[in-house]
Amino acid sequence: MNGPTLFGLCGAALVGLGLYGLICQPGALRKILAFNLIGSGVFLLFGVIAKRGGGALSAAGLGVDGDPVPQALIITGLVVAFAATSIAVALLLRLAEISGRSTLERAGSGSHSPTHERAPAPERAA
Amino acid sequence: MTSALVVDAALALLVLGLALWVISTRAAYSAVVGFVAYGLLMAIVWVRLAAVDVAMTEAALGTGLTGLLLLGAAARLAPYEAAEVSSRPGRGLRMLIGLLCAAIALGLAAVVLMLPDPAPTLALLVAENLPPTGVGNPVTGVLLAHRAIDTLLESVVLIPALIGVWSVAADPAWGGRPGSLPRPQSGSALTLLAQVLPPFGILIGIHLVWNGADDPGGKFQGATVLAAMWILVLIAGLREPPAVRDQRLRVLLVIGALVFIGIGVAGIWLADAFLAYPEGYAKPLILAIEAVLTLSIALTLGLLLAGPPANDHRSGGRS
Amino acid sequence: MDSSSLLVSPFTSLIELGGLLLVIPLMLPVIGLLLALMLGGRFLGRFMLLLLLLGLIAALAVATAVLTGGDALLYHLGGWAPPLGVALKADGLSAILLLVSAVVILAVGIYAQRDFRVPPGAPETRASLVFWMLLMGVWAGLNAAFLGQDLFTLFVALELLTFSAVPLVALDGRAETLAAALRYLLFALLGSVLYLLGAVLFYGTYATLDIALLAERIAGAPSLPPPIVAAAALMTVGLLAKTALFPLHLWLPPAHAGAPPAASAILSALVVKASFFLILRIWFDVLPGALNPMTAQILGALGAGAILFGNLIALRQARLKLLIAYSTVAQIGYLFLIFPLAASAESLALTGGMLQVVSHACAKAAMFMAAGLLAGTLGHDRIRDLGGSIRVLPITVLAFGLAGLSLIGIQPSGGYLTKTLLTAAVDGTGQWWWGLVMQAGGLLTAAYLFWVLGHALSGPPSGQVVARPGRAQELVVLALALAALLLGLLPPALFDLVGVGRAGLDASAAVSTAMAGAFGWSKLWGDVWPILVVGLLVLGMLPWPDRQANASERLAATTSSVTGHWAAALGAILERADRGLRKWPVAGLSLLVLALALAAAIATGS
Repeated sequence: MNGPTLFGLCGAALVGLGLYGLICQPGALRKILAFNLIGSGVFLLFGVIAKRGGGALSAAGLGVDGDPVPQALIITGLVVAFAATSIAVALLLRLAEISGRSTLERAGSGSHSPTHERAPAPERAA
Repeated sequence: MTSALVVDAALALLVLGLALWVISTRAAYSAVVGFVAYGLLMAIVWVRLAAVDVAMTEAALGTGLTGLLLLGAAARLAPYEAAEVSSRPGRGLRMLIGLLCAAIALGLAAVVLMLPDPAPTLALLVAENLPPTGVGNPVTGVLLAHRAIDTLLESVVLIPALIGVWSVAADPAWGGRPGSLPRPQSGSALTLLAQVLPPFGILIGIHLVWNGADDPGGKFQGATVLAAMWILVLIAGLREPPAVRDQRLRVLLVIGALVFIGIGVAGIWLADAFLAYPEGYAKPLILAIEAVLTLSIALTLGLLLAGPPANDHRSGGRS
Repeated sequence: MDSSSLLVSPFTSLIELGGLLLVIPLMLPVIGLLLALMLGGRFLGRFMLLLLLLGLIAALAVATAVLTGGDALLYHLGGWAPPLGVALKADGLSAILLLVSAVVILAVGIYAQRDFRVPPGAPETRASLVFWMLLMGVWAGLNAAFLGQDLFTLFVALELLTFSAVPLVALDGRAETLAAALRYLLFALLGSVLYLLGAVLFYGTYATLDIALLAERIAGAPSLPPPIVAAAALMTVGLLAKTALFPLHLWLPPAHAGAPPAASAILSALVVKASFFLILRIWFDVLPGALNPMTAQILGALGAGAILFGNLIALRQARLKLLIAYSTVAQIGYLFLIFPLAASAESLALTGGMLQVVSHACAKAAMFMAAGLLAGTLGHDRIRDLGGSIRVLPITVLAFGLAGLSLIGIQPSGGYLTKTLLTAAVDGTGQWWWGLVMQAGGLLTAAYLFWVLGHALSGPPSGQVVARPGRAQELVVLALALAALLLGLLPPALFDLVGVGRAGLDASAAVSTAMAGAFGWSKLWGDVWPILVVGLLVLGMLPWPDRQANASERLAATTSSVTGHWAAALGAILERADRGLRKWPVAGLSLLVLALALAAAIATGS
């Protein structure tokens, strides 16, 4: 067991934890947080792969300590994850503002019934 | 060696403990606080994994800006939180889902242990092909030369994201100033901070971009620091955020990607390929792209945080 | 020189660009997206139309170059070859998808001129700027997904697509559409993060993300390494979530029904096809040997479930847009019959599947836009109150019907050709059960289309006309519907496009064999009589001469027969099942189970 492997196992656990939170937490903000945890776990796995690749080279005396390709891709991924989070937060805040709920499903009734008519009239206030 | 392993094990345990806290704690606000602490720890993990560029991005963007965004959201959503419990799945379903998630995590852990050894890598290939790009930081070389298309597409991705954030505005508010930033009641300390910090922050940001060519750092990290300084000034009320109809703002938002594409297209004639740099001019062109891109990205990140346009700025986004 | 050669000469010089040609469809929508923000304003729609026309020309040039050259176009961006650099490639499948996207988006662009026009006096409206920019964003994401050869670049393309598609759903700003958009976003993000996890494992095993290099290295391995098994399962499930394949369809009906009609058309016709296309790429290009019977049967079974379940639930809808959205859930199912059928009849299955992509794209875009015209004119889209709308909107109702014929699969439509090819594949592989599912799906589709058309054709107009649609809108809808209907009349040689860049796939021979004797009066009669029976049954249930029937009653409740009661009870059970499956935790559970099942299936075969 070495450091990178340890962090690799940690990444796997983060994915599992995040999946559980994303599926089971009712609040949409909590789901957004859980999504960020899954993403972080995936990036961590990628970082471990970068370190392993670098480690193999430095063991061969080439003095490289990390594979820059995954590192560059993780940076891109972090920016994309921030963009995703900001859209989700904007939608959620607006939803809460006009309907007074912060969940994907209406309390009690589960997901809305598709056959029901939509009220074209003004939304129920908070 | 062993002491390093102990440090790593402690870090991993702390990270997992905080993640567990983020998932399981009752109030959303404390979950977000836990997430910010988690992000700071992750930045240390990145350093341990010899990924200093990633560590900087994680600290600035993954933790700093994301944390600000989520803290603001948690504060505004607090009134609705009590009602959330009623749509929680039942205990049996939760246990079943928990078991399956554990199975997936265990499967992944097994896969991690079965990754090939010695690990295949592109590190050597990147090192061999770094000299033509003229930059010394291999991560910057990958981002702006070898895989320039990813960086280009990703700076483009921010634009629909910003439009998505703006799109939830009420129609009468369209064109106005973003209104989601919190305004602290008495901000004397904040105002002072907002007056003192930005000059240093801007220097650090520019340093990160300039240095990123050869040392850890680069446009995303620099842009995030710049965005953070700008947000600080906005929150302190020293400046108003720009109105979304502002023509100059719109030009600045897209100029980075347009310059990138322009240089890329010129490469078709000058260097025989789209997104290629002519021999000997790679480094100045990369620096030019990074400079404009930093400006556009910093603005976009700041505006993503500032939220949709609102009629009355500072009234909490309500129209 | 006459004018046609003036047109032709720049076109041929485009084709001579070779691989560089691919940069145009990749970058044109991106530039459009950026310029749109800069220019904004009143004339944005017109400017976008110009770009869409240029995009169609570029897509035609790519398709022509691929077909005439007989080989895939390949381009190394920045001059860097994989594994270090990123490659673009247009094989036959990419070329077809580029072309059909360009056509459908152009049609939607013409249709949307009126819906998103800026009122006189206003400098710009929210809806106009957001719609046109995100349309460009969707187009950019689609083209990047069709051309990219690098698993990470494809991830960025998928995100570009998702970020552009989601806000379109909530364009009207109502609480229900905001909730639908948020649900769509979160489930799609779950899908992309699982996809990314798979890509990470590919890199960890082979240190490349390039599809061709991966295929080479995997083909050289004696068996699939465990990380690749996990990667294949995770990526497939993630992409299934984004494609909304049953039972992961929770987000699709509210999102596709809630969006403005022009956006619904794009979402249903094209956006879900991009993630499906990446599933094809993974199973036919990255892991061509790894599609074992068990995995293929699982994917096929989900497809069959989608066809039966989606169509049955569609039959229960009271609102036209929701009916069309559930019809999309069902039509996505046909795409997944490719997997079990491809094992021994790859040419037939892939050609049939691609035809389904194309014909459904045209037909479904036409149907959503027709529904939009009906709703805009009548002020509602309640199916029961569509009475007499044929007199108000004859062209629109005709277009809806013609598009429907393609979905049912009547000669000479694209849907008919799809069905003929897939049936030939069924006969070739002896898997008769998929044939039964397709037959049942066609009849159910016929049932709900007759239900809608029966209402539209019967009686005098039952409501007031709120607004008149534009003539151009009606004509463009009709044109798309006709395109779907006449697809089957294309010369077989054109189908060779499917096989370009794919060894051992002879599409035109497959089409010729399957189509030999497929067109003819006796065959037509054989296909039409069961549909007529269904039609009569459905029309019998309509409150035909009596317009006073209680409008709040449901389809089956109008008949007092025993079968009517049985149908009503069955319908209620199915609807409850659908509501249960579409609950977030249940859908999440389905996703986890599927991921584990697929991993087990892939592992047992390798």
